[in-house]
Amino acid sequence: MRIPCPLCGDRDLREFNYLGDSTYLDRPELGDSDGYDAYLHLRANPAGPTRELWFHNGGCGAWLEVERNTVTHEITGARLVADTAEHA
Amino acid sequence: MRLPGAGQIDRGRVIKFQWDDKWMSGFGGDTLASALMANGVRLVGRSFKYHRPRGVWGAGSEEPNALVGIGKGAAHVPNTRATQVELYDGLYAVSQNRWPSLRWDMMEVNDLAAPFLGAGFYYKTFMWPRRFWEKLYEPAIRRAAGLGRLSGRHNPDAYEKAFASCDVLIVGAGPAGLTAALIAARAGADVILADEDTQPGGALLASDEEIDGAPAREWVADMLGKLQDTGCVRFMSRTTVTGAYDGGTFGALERVGLHLADPPEHLPRECFWRIAAKRAILCSGASERPIAFQDNDRPGIMSASALVAYARRWQVSPGKRVALFGCNDGIYQAAHALRDAGLDLVAVIDPRPDAPEHAALPQIGGGSVTGTRGRYGLRQIEVTQNGQARWIDCDALGVSGGWNPNIQIACHLDAAPVWNADLQAFISPDGAVPGLRAAGAAAGSFSTAQAISSAMHMTRETLADLGRPVPDTTLPKAADKTYRVSPLFEVPVTRRAWLDLQNDVTTKDVKLAARENLRSVEHMKRYTTQGMAPDQGRSSNVLALAILADATGRSVPETGTTRFRPPFTPVSIAAIGAGAQGQGFAPRRQTPSHADAASRRAPMLEPGLWLRPAYYPRPGDRSWREACDREVGFVRKAVGLCDVSTLGKIAVRGPDAGAFLDLVYAGRMSRLKPGRVRYGLMLREDGMVMDDGTCACLAPDEYLVTTTTAAAGQVFQHLEFVHQALRPNMRVRFTSVTDQWAQFAIAGPRASEALEAIWEEPKIARELPFLGTVPVPVQGRDARLYRISFSGELGYEIAVPASVGPLVYARLAEKIEALGGGIYGMEALNVLRIEKGFVTHSEIDGRVTPGDLGLAALVKKDADFIGATALKRPGLQDPMRPRLVGLRPEDGSSELLAGAHLFEQGAEPVRKNSQGHISSACVSPTLGVPLALGFLRDGAARIGAKVNMVDHLRAKTVRCCVTEPCAFDPDGGRMRG
Repeated sequence: MRIPCPLCGDRDLREFNYLGDSTYLDRPELGDSDGYDAYLHLRANPAGPTRELWFHNGGCGAWLEVERNTVTHEITGARLVADTAEHA
Repeated sequence: MRLPGAGQIDRGRVIKFQWDDKWMSGFGGDTLASALMANGVRLVGRSFKYHRPRGVWGAGSEEPNALVGIGKGAAHVPNTRATQVELYDGLYAVSQNRWPSLRWDMMEVNDLAAPFLGAGFYYKTFMWPRRFWEKLYEPAIRRAAGLGRLSGRHNPDAYEKAFASCDVLIVGAGPAGLTAALIAARAGADVILADEDTQPGGALLASDEEIDGAPAREWVADMLGKLQDTGCVRFMSRTTVTGAYDGGTFGALERVGLHLADPPEHLPRECFWRIAAKRAILCSGASERPIAFQDNDRPGIMSASALVAYARRWQVSPGKRVALFGCNDGIYQAAHALRDAGLDLVAVIDPRPDAPEHAALPQIGGGSVTGTRGRYGLRQIEVTQNGQARWIDCDALGVSGGWNPNIQIACHLDAAPVWNADLQAFISPDGAVPGLRAAGAAAGSFSTAQAISSAMHMTRETLADLGRPVPDTTLPKAADKTYRVSPLFEVPVTRRAWLDLQNDVTTKDVKLAARENLRSVEHMKRYTTQGMAPDQGRSSNVLALAILADATGRSVPETGTTRFRPPFTPVSIAAIGAGAQGQGFAPRRQTPSHADAASRRAPMLEPGLWLRPAYYPRPGDRSWREACDREVGFVRKAVGLCDVSTLGKIAVRGPDAGAFLDLVYAGRMSRLKPGRVRYGLMLREDGMVMDDGTCACLAPDEYLVTTTTAAAGQVFQHLEFVHQALRPNMRVRFTSVTDQWAQFAIAGPRASEALEAIWEEPKIARELPFLGTVPVPVQGRDARLYRISFSGELGYEIAVPASVGPLVYARLAEKIEALGGGIYGMEALNVLRIEKGFVTHSEIDGRVTPGDLGLAALVKKDADFIGATALKRPGLQDPMRPRLVGLRPEDGSSELLAGAHLFEQGAEPVRKNSQGHISSACVSPTLGVPLALGFLRDGAARIGAKVNMVDHLRAKTVRCCVTEPCAFDPDGGRMRG
């Protein structure tokens, strides 16, 4: 499996560390306990396209939001989270 | 026997080899299988369960029977297919699964007991008593059944793994593969052409066909030359593509040095390739399948195409008198080939009522083989025609039940093969492996002309995918006999007809499974073990399915088939894991003082990938404790030196560095003044402590963060995440500088004196306040001094560029020893911090909050930081949560044990009564008493109370007093100075 890093090009899976669903990009406001409950614990388990977070640890050090299909394992895209994250 | 004629062997090169400790000879180009045949050896092994005598069935990787052991001693490799072992001088091969010898095998009694050993007999027989299974039945069964044995010793041979990429991977270099490769290469595509044989050609290697008016082998040589001329084809012989994986990745096993008598030292035996291909074309050909008839497993009974291949390519045969039995027209080509090779063709048995007339051949139309004789090899076959049976003398029988396209690779991503009624075989569905197309016989195009034409078509489509122009190509003229097959899977038997020759599965076993309602093909497979041997049912599966279909009154497509999984052929673990043995398993990180520690014979601990000295033994020490106590004494009484370079060090720079650190630390770091250091906790977003360490402010926009040794990578990744994902606008950057700085702790009452060893101005150290840091020159280099302490003594840490680390360390060590101190290791470090109640990852185990550690005061009150909201969850604020406490034995001497649980006195020591546990324990030489740190429910309120420590594993109960975590110098006067 390879991930198309926007900075490094197609790179082997072994250069990356997985974190989890890209829900982690939408950090709730301070004190929003229900929001944090969902943020930390509630996850869908979709069969199909997902967006997930990978760290290019063995490469440029960028955090990526990778689109991956859980049924086919096909990776259809990757972008820098720094470009997509909501700026706080 | 060896036949006259040239073939493709080199009769000028005689090769000596050993078979079951007997010397034999063959020729260059022979495989072990062909050489054994030349030496008159027909019996090559014993079957798995019944120990039936077995001979060679095939001529390639599909071989189910001829599994042999190769090599001696530690390098002995069991279960190698003799059909793929190339002969070399001194080759040592042994038969398997027999005792005491291949011919006299005691376990042949299994065969006599066969009526009781049918499918599922283990499950039915060895039911009672239950405890006998593990101790008696299973070991006995495993001894009696089984194939070759591993040497059980470390294999010293070299293996390798490698990576490759290409535009088009072509699997198989037969007529289809060669055609595809040339077209793709002429379109400028980067091509890898892999074939498991020693040379390209595939089925053409044993064919007398002509292509474009020339012998097929000349066409192959011509194609190879043209491929080389293109300059963009990499031809990999002896390379089996073993699996298709996600994202266009293929696994392939190359036999690199296995065929050499005396391989050069640098050459690995095998290399496991991972090939990333944009597109792939599967030209893996087809495998001939057997027909199940009575006693069809005798040595000498083999696939018709293999019989021809041995006669043509290697000029050998299992015997002079040969017969053929098959339900497709291919047997007539085989018949002519065998006759041309000089063999006595005694019968061509075609069970089809509409069998084509072949007057020149000893044809038996509408007949079937209904029995065989010959204990260690075929002597006679019984042929039944129109109800009349007669025995015919023959030494070899070629069988052809039709052809199965080799579709495994195309179905490795869980595709269901599709039944094709015309071919009476399964083919692969399109697109089952993205980017892969099947062509040639692998796609059911069995004639050479059809194979070439299908390869041309598929290559054009592939090139169109890649956006490459399709070069002009013309179809060569080649043989185009139509393939006509009538389904015949089984000839009715009174005794046994074999399906899976490797696992001893008979037609009766499959029918028994059906009778016992194991009608699903997956159930039948597991019940009978059909197709579960190393060959994965390559020759026999379709037969078994057809028989199951018949027994359950369904069609073959209704019955379905099992799925294919990698690998296509067995792959040695040594090749997959090449380079990962011993030191290759994980890199080793050494501290700047490693050489010194090694010279002092310090035993090493392994936190993460680091090696750190546990303690420094001295002559006369009776135990590690003695060394540890001595080293604790250095620090408490004089001065100690410890290499702490392993701690993670991250430089955090930028105008927003302070604000960023406030977000990732529970404490407030932005208010640190340059030259000041603070201890802090980083939390996870769920409110639990992730790591602890110090944060030093070096300049208004520059900080240095330290992490624990094992968490350095995790913390770095976390900082990058918080920045990139949550605060991308913050102007801050991180650099891991762990390896750039050698850092040494100097701790003890005489610590500032010790520093005189490395610079002239002792004033700097004496004037540096607790939790201060200052840049200092050391050896003419920029270094930095911190006044921090993990021991509770006056303590410094000096960070110097790694290159001068060993030198600085040596000077410090010399000075410290002169001052009556010494070097201390991890054990002493641990005792020192337990005495002080300082925490490590024994306490920060992923389940504790700052409050649990008694460090709630370090947490900001009303600001946001990672973990702030979750930390306020009522459950995490519950005062009844286990909190860090100190413990010491009431009797002042009983040792406390980490991992033990704490109970109220009188409470039954069971899980639900547990009040907490001990996380770290030591014997304090300073206080002369065992000490521990642990977590106790409502611990803050129970200081002074008594609890029982109960260790169920080591059967120990100790009455303990609960104390504050810090047992030594609670005011910190020694540390602050």
